Amino acid sequence: MQSIAAVLAEHPFMKGLTPRQLEVVAACGEKVHFKPGQFLCRDEEEVLRFYLVYQGRVAVEIFSHRRGAVTIRTLVEGEELGWLWFDKPYHWHLDARAVELTRTVALDVNCLRQACEADHDLGYEILKRYGHSLAVRFRILKLQLVDMYGG
Amino acid sequence: MTGQGHASAVVPVGEPMLPRIFRVVKRVRETADTFTFNLVPADGGQELAFQPGQFNMLTAFGAGEVPISISGDPARPETLVHTIRAVGSVTKVLCRAAKGDQIGVRGPYGTPWPVEQAKEQDVVIITGGLGLAPLRPAIYHVLGHRADYGNFELIYGARTPADIIFWRELERWRGRFDTRVHLTVDSAASDWRTNVGVVTHLIPRARFDPENTTALVCGPGVMMRFTVQELRNRGLPLERIFVSLERNMKCGLGLCGHCQLGPVFVCKDGPVFPYSRVRDWFEKREI
Ligand SMILES: Cc1cc2nc3c(=O)[nH]c(=O)nc-3n(C[C@H](O)[C@H](O)[C@H](O)COP(=O)(O)OP(=O)(O)OC[C@H]3O[C@@H](n4cnc5c(N)ncnc54)[C@H](O)[C@@H]3O)c2cc1C
Ligand code: FES
Repeated sequence: MQSIAAVLAEHPFMKGLTPRQLEVVAACGEKVHFKPGQFLCRDEEEVLRFYLVYQGRVAVEIFSHRRGAVTIRTLVEGEELGWLWFDKPYHWHLDARAVELTRTVALDVNCLRQACEADHDLGYEILKRYGHSLAVRFRILKLQLVDMYGG
Repeated sequence: MTGQGHASAVVPVGEPMLPRIFRVVKRVRETADTFTFNLVPADGGQELAFQPGQFNMLTAFGAGEVPISISGDPARPETLVHTIRAVGSVTKVLCRAAKGDQIGVRGPYGTPWPVEQAKEQDVVIITGGLGLAPLRPAIYHVLGHRADYGNFELIYGARTPADIIFWRELERWRGRFDTRVHLTVDSAASDWRTNVGVVTHLIPRARFDPENTTALVCGPGVMMRFTVQELRNRGLPLERIFVSLERNMKCGLGLCGHCQLGPVFVCKDGPVFPYSRVRDWFEKREI
């Protein structure tokens, strides 16, 4: 079985960290699997984990009484869930549900934040990735907002 | 530059403005407002050979004439296939055509997708909404000559599951071992089991070698612009990203100038262009 550090080393979010940094991050993580239908997080819960998905598919949903659960995005292998953990304390504003058997590395966000404070080189690396992730999300959001198929 | 995607189309001679009469032999409802029609020549005359990406000018008698891409299999020209969305005065009349009704056809016109040039390369097709219709002939061609190409990736996005066209074929293509089909919608109810997210978010997942890949892109203008940017981020040069453009048309023959975009006539120099050729005029405010 692959160690957590080895899984992290192949995940796009953590790729390029030094072996030492990977070990520090891995010490904050555990492998967590979700069966189809199980929730990774629920609306309004405090964000305690930052998930790196390395297998499976997760539906990110927003619930409204009028429309029920609407999937706004799906995540697959190589993507991450919960990048707002840097902003503490943070609460989920969505539900995330495994659609298939999903394997993740769940990182304890308090542990990860402390590791970043203790080692600013690591903190900077994580922030760069965080920034990239935000930029990608904003690009996608812009496209969603213009409703490109709308006539 | 050379290659079929770059050259102007050869315009058929004879009575170029006179439509031939075709008869509807089949009508399939794809979505609430989009229909696919199978047509055969009413005079029993010659079939209409075409290349993937070309279009015809279709006449709804009494209503007018509009450019519509051919969506059928180029290896089976005995049936002419068009997929039409009812958006305005002419397309609404065309979409009401029933089995046995007559439609006027002029064409085929325009430049094709560069399926010959793309041989021995990876092929990535990225399409949104009704953009799958003009690309379907290219998909048929690649699948019909599968050994001639490297990886084949099809990325298709629609607004919702109800807006997806060619469902059955997408399922069939997805079942093939030599083709990867990525399907996504912008939003869906929670029983939707595949991807949700705009079409561009799937591009990082596609498997292709940027050094040796041709990309064919067709969809709404905004979607194509963002798609080209993502493909560039993956290292694909603009000369190997091909887009199909839409402009209002009248003659379809390069005579009237209606379809002019910067220095090109979309009907004759396109509709398929390498992006590098149209980037200065593509989706720009001042045009
Ligand atoms: C090369 C080429 C290939 C094409 N292939 C296809 C095809 O395979 N299938 C197909 O359905 N259409 C296709 N089109 C688009 C089609 O030609 C137009 O939808 C049609 O000309 C509209 O004419 P109309 O009289 O029905 O609408 P109009 O009465 O002229 O327009 C009515 C309303 O529809 C809007 N509208 C016009 N064109 C479009 C459009 N393309 N998309 C969305 N809204 C529009 C107008 O802004 C207006 O608000 C193609 C166009 C080109 C240039
Ligand atoms: S439609 Fe007349 S020149 Fe293109």
